[in-house]
Formats: sequence, C-alpha cells, structure tokens
Amino acid sequence: MTDYKNLKLIATSSPHIRAAENTRSIMLDVIIAMMPALVWAVVKFGFKALTLTLVSVVGCMFFEWGYRKLMKKPQSVNDLSAAVTGILLAFVCPVTVPYWMILIGDFFAIVVVKQLFGGIGKNFVNPALAGRAALVASYAGPMTTWLDPAQNTAPLFGPTADVITAATPLAYMKQGQIAELTAQYDVMDMFLGNIGGSLGEVSALLLILGGLYLIWRKVISWHTPVAYIATVAVVTFLFPRYGASNVDWMLYSIFGGGVMLGAFFMATDYTTSPITKKGQLIFGIGCGLLTVFIRYFGSYNEGVCYSIMVMNLVVALIDKSVKPSRFGVVKSAQKKEAAAK
Amino acid sequence: MAQAFFGGVHPNDMKAATNEKAIEQLAPPAEVVIPMSMHFGAPCTPLVKAGDHVKVGQKIGEFRGLGAPIHASVSGTVKAVEPRPYSMGGNMMSVVIENDFKDELSEEVKAPADPDALTVEQMIEMVKDAGIVGMGGATFPTHVKITSGIGKVDTVIINGAECEPDITGDHRTMLERPEEIIGGAKFLAKMFGVDKVVIGVEDNKRNCIDAMNKVIAEQKAPVVVEPLRCRYPQGGEKQLCQAITGRQVPPGGLPADIGCAVFNINTTCAIYRALTQGMPVVKKVVTVSGSGVVEPKNIECPIGTPVSKLFDACGGLKDGTFKLICGGPMMGMAQYTADIPVAKGTGAMLAFAEDEERTVETPQCIRCGKCVSACPMHLEPLFMYQYASKGMVDELNDAHIMDCMECGACSYICPARMHLTHMFKTGKQMVKDKMAADKAAAEAKKKAAEEQKEAVNK
Repeated sequence: MTDYKNLKLIATSSPHIRAAENTRSIMLDVIIAMMPALVWAVVKFGFKALTLTLVSVVGCMFFEWGYRKLMKKPQSVNDLSAAVTGILLAFVCPVTVPYWMILIGDFFAIVVVKQLFGGIGKNFVNPALAGRAALVASYAGPMTTWLDPAQNTAPLFGPTADVITAATPLAYMKQGQIAELTAQYDVMDMFLGNIGGSLGEVSALLLILGGLYLIWRKVISWHTPVAYIATVAVVTFLFPRYGASNVDWMLYSIFGGGVMLGAFFMATDYTTSPITKKGQLIFGIGCGLLTVFIRYFGSYNEGVCYSIMVMNLVVALIDKSVKPSRFGVVKSAQKKEAAAK
Repeated sequence: MAQAFFGGVHPNDMKAATNEKAIEQLAPPAEVVIPMSMHFGAPCTPLVKAGDHVKVGQKIGEFRGLGAPIHASVSGTVKAVEPRPYSMGGNMMSVVIENDFKDELSEEVKAPADPDALTVEQMIEMVKDAGIVGMGGATFPTHVKITSGIGKVDTVIINGAECEPDITGDHRTMLERPEEIIGGAKFLAKMFGVDKVVIGVEDNKRNCIDAMNKVIAEQKAPVVVEPLRCRYPQGGEKQLCQAITGRQVPPGGLPADIGCAVFNINTTCAIYRALTQGMPVVKKVVTVSGSGVVEPKNIECPIGTPVSKLFDACGGLKDGTFKLICGGPMMGMAQYTADIPVAKGTGAMLAFAEDEERTVETPQCIRCGKCVSACPMHLEPLFMYQYASKGMVDELNDAHIMDCMECGACSYICPARMHLTHMFKTGKQMVKDKMAADKAAAEAKKKAAEEQKEAVNK
C-alpha cells in the first residue's frame, strides 16, 4: 500500500497541465513551411542556395549561442528562433552573395537587432529584414545582382557562366517596360517561380503552400497575410501603371518580389506584429499600402522589406489602441465609459 | 447548439479513464475529519466536543453570517475537535469522528410529508438546514443564491458542462441519477417561479443528454437539455450564461445581474435529497484519476473521508507521484500533504506521476498572442503579466485584471510556458491591497480635514 506520509509532493499554482506546443515546435513548423521554397531555390539557383542557407542558419545560431554565453544569460538557441531568422535572411538575399556577407547580415540580425534588445520577444523590428536592410545599405551592388535561372543550363551545380544577371520583373515594372516584362515572363512563370529574384521569394505557389500549412497548424492566423496581399491586389488593380491591364498589373505585382514571403513569413512574426486580430488586419493593410507606395513612388524596385519594418515600429501603437471589448460591457455602455473619461 | 463564448482552449479531456465506470460506494472509513469551513464565508462554530456521540445527519457546525451548517457524515464518537490540514491549504478547525459502523440516522433528519406541498419559504429553509453549497468548487451557500435571485432571475441554468479534463463525477451522476437532477430542477423552477430550467451539457456527453431527455419526457418536466460546444471553460458560470442566453455578466457582477442563476449537478441532486428525504449534505461523488492513480474511479464517500482512503480504493498511487490536486487540472489546488479530507466542494482528487506540466527553466514571452485569443474574459494576459511582474498596479487595474477568473486557459495554451495565471493571482492581490490602502488614505485625509474644520470652528 502507498506510504502517504512520505510522498514527495510539489505544490504549484494551477493550471497543472500545459498544451504540448512550445516555442521550439512553433519554430520547427515555420522551418517546415519554408522547406518547399528552399527546395525550389536549389532547383532553380543551384546548390549554392542550400549552402548559403545553411551558412546563414549556422551563423545565426552561433551568434545567438555566443552572445548568450558571453553575457552569461540563459541559453536560448534551442528554441530554433535563430534558425528561422537564418533561413529568412538567406531567403531575402540573391543567391550570388558571398558567404562572408551573409554572416555580417546574421550578426546584425541576431546580435544588434535581437539580442541587444533582450532576445526573443523583445526585438522591435524583424531581425531578418533588418539584416537585409543593413546588407543593402552596405553592399548595394551584390545585394541587387540577380541570377537569371532561365539562362543557367546546369542549375544544380551553380552558375554556369560567371554570373548571368537578369532584370527581375519588379525592375521591368519600375521602368515601365511592360512589353519586355510580358515577353520574358508570363503570369504562370510568376506564380510558379520561373523568375529572377531573391533566393526564397520567387515561387508564389510554394510560399502560399507554406503559409497555408502555418495557418492549418494554427501557428499564424489568416488576418495579416490576407489583409496584406488583398491590399496590394486592390491598390494595384485600381491603379495600374504604364498602360498595363488591371488584372495583369495586379497579378505581376502580387506574385513578383517578396509580397508572398513577406505576407506569410515576415509580417506574421509574433514579436513584431500586433496581438489582436483586428490589429493584425490594420497591420496587414498598412504593410500593403506602404509596399505599393514604395514601389510606385520610391527609389527602390521593391518595398516589402521597408514597409514591414516601418509597420513594425507602429505595432506598439496599434496594440495600445486596439483592445478586445471588455467582457460584460455592451457597446453603448462602453461609449459612455469612454465619454466619462 | 448553443451560441459559444469567445476564446477558450481545448485540452485533451482525459475523461476516458473514468467515464465508463459507475459510481462506487466507498467502504465506510474508520474515521472522518470534517473541516468547519466547506463554504464561501466565515468558518462554522463546532457544536460538539470530544466524547460526544453523533449520528448521521446531525448538525455539528453552525454558521454565522454567510455560510451553511455542517453535519456529521457517519455515526460514532467525536474523538477530537482540533485544527487539521484541509484542502484550501493550512489547517482548519475540524471535528474528528470515530465511526461506529452502525450508520444510525439522526432524529434531525425528517422527510417532509408531501414535498410538493412545500411553500417557497419552507423549501429555502430546508435547503439552508441541509447545508447545501455550490458543489462545483465555489461552495457559495445555495440558500443565499436562491433568496437573492428570486424576482431577478428569469433563467435557471443547471451546469452539466463539466469542462475540466479528467473529472467525470457529474457525467456519471447525470447518467445514473437523472431523476434526482430533474426532480431538483423542478424544485428550483418552483422556487424561482420560472416555467423552464435549462441544463447545459457539453456535447461530448451524448449519453447524459439522452438519459435526462428520457426522464424529462416521462415526467413531462419543465426542463430543457441544451448541448454545448465542448470547450474549456464552458462550465465557467459567466461563460455558461453567455452560451445559453447570449448575455454577458457585467464586470464584477453576478449571473443574477443578467437574470441567470447557475447550479451545479451535484447541488441540484442535494436539493432534491433535502426536499424529499430531509437529508443534509453528508456524501460526495469524487473522481479519483490522473496518471499517478493505479485504477481511476468515481467514488461516493462520506464528507470528511481522508483522501488516502480514496486512493487506496483505487489501488493506491504509482511510484513517482509528485502532485496531488484537489479539483480539476486547470483550476484545482495542488496539495502539500495527502492528509486532507473530502469536503463539500471536492469534485475530484487527482494524482500526477508524469510530466503534465512541462515547465521550462526561463520562460520567455514570444508575443504570439495565443493567450489573448484564449482568454474567455477578453483580457490581454501578456500585457497584464508585464505589469504584474513590474508592480505597475494602476496599469494592472486599467487592464481589468480584476475580471480575470483564473481559469488557466492562457497558461495552458502559452507556448513559452509563462506562469501567467499564477502572476495574475499575485497581481489581483496587489490591486486589492492598493485599493484598501487608497481607501484608508482617503479616509484618513477626510478625518484630518474634518478635525481641522472643527478646530477652526472652535
């Protein structure tokens, strides 16, 4: 019979059970969701895409581990968030950047943007995007040299010629070369990813697939990506440029560049997006508008990176102004309460 | 199906361990320990002393103010009246009775000649004398709930949601004693003067719904069974009212404020027994389950039975049992000793031997917002956690921390395993302390001003 006097009991506060999901499993889901796009990148751009991503992941995890070690803080590298940052940073760089350059980006993303502000959950902008912004500012040339997959005859083994550069669809769109654009890439190429661009952003189809996986796994909600993509779609549909047809211009706009990658994987970053669903809709719409504005009126071809970073900065404001309605207080009473204040 | 509430979580219900097992009667324990506090309110005063002989149903504790009387659950000799450990933590004055196994019924227990002829006042008096309290765990005195609700309440709800994982006591009661529940419901309808009573049952208990519907049809009772979406905390009073009536209890309010009164399944049965047999609350159905129990069961036992006897009846505890919980895994209280008795509000005794809690060393919020989506009270736990951990009391109050009912949904869902609910218990106390301090300061200031005024007048 049990010896009840000598039980070794712990008395902690309720609840006494926890869901199986943890930070690590969420990050693992994000990594899984990015795998189709990575495989596509290897097929289109060669093994360099894989090695570059791996170097970036190892770099991020090393910097995370090293910083926590050096500062004698509890180790957090096991939560895999650094690995996600590593993959995302590789995804937004051209496949042709040298390894040392991506390591600089890793350092900036992990140490400067994430750890100096307190680690996971504390950074104020998306680390991967900040890493890219730092690289673009420092090495504009290599960061905007795009490999053209169409002219690459044996893609798995890297660039066949030295570097075959190509204009991305966004570059054509910026310069108003609609005829060249439609001649080189049709809409299906855009959707499937037979285009030049950053390593992981080219295939809209596979990114949507990854995004749907994340929504199905309840890692992200549909609000941010749908609001983001829909805003870009609506604005570009209403205001096509250079005589392109509304539908064509809209499709080239949402499938080209980083809209899909940004909407599903960057703008949904927990730390730098609003808490409430309503806030996420506002955030997504803001990202969409800024993306189009930068593309239309800015000097860059692409606006996804900066639009998300700018919206990251207003997240605190959105969270402050968009609150869930208090339980038990009906709308009219809420207004009265607000008026009394 | 009834309209659902916002938020909530869906833990693995773990009910399969006991929901097929009929309620067993425990072999009479040799000794019972009856704590004098088994209700919301001040503890009772013991009416007996060591050496007294008591019979089943005899009143041994009288309440003052808000409360309910306490009765002997076995016949025998009072061995001691002394403080003993009890399930709310610490020690409580308790009456220890040595069982003489004669099971003599007290003369105080008198069945009414015709239960249907009782007036509302008589019924409430009998409910009070029977020591009935909310047996879902809140233990609010039932007669107070009835008296304060008459005239205000248009919807009487019986809570058969049983949304906590592991617990199946209500499930088995609904299945095995539907006529007691329907009978109790009819009395409640009469007391409140309503023409319909709603029993809310989560739709994972289809057989209960069928069993009760059968009795309702036979008796043509004014009772409706409402299937509810299976979601924790569906059985929370406020969530249940919301699901059934669509109304929300205002902040700091009670269900009576929106015309609802909610009663637990076991409370309803107790009302039925009190009004038909004159029997006070002396027994309780307890679910004994969890990974540390060899053979989980539902057991009916006298109030005051040491929980170790319950575990013994279930084959004992497994090696490595590290946690005993009085109540469900989401809101129950972990015990530091197995030396506690079953009280009126004890619906379950759980023992854990596996790592259900999955704690981590240094939890770090990742701002995923899952706690906000899960909070049935529409709060933002992650911000409240920050305020509470930094001692920002005013911000805590503005974030409506006092609306938190400590259901544990946020902590359950948190992927970073933050200790949210625990922090809010502390935070609520901080707000209460601050309010008390502010009130005291304001009064002192007022007093000083008055004194000054008087001095000037002189």
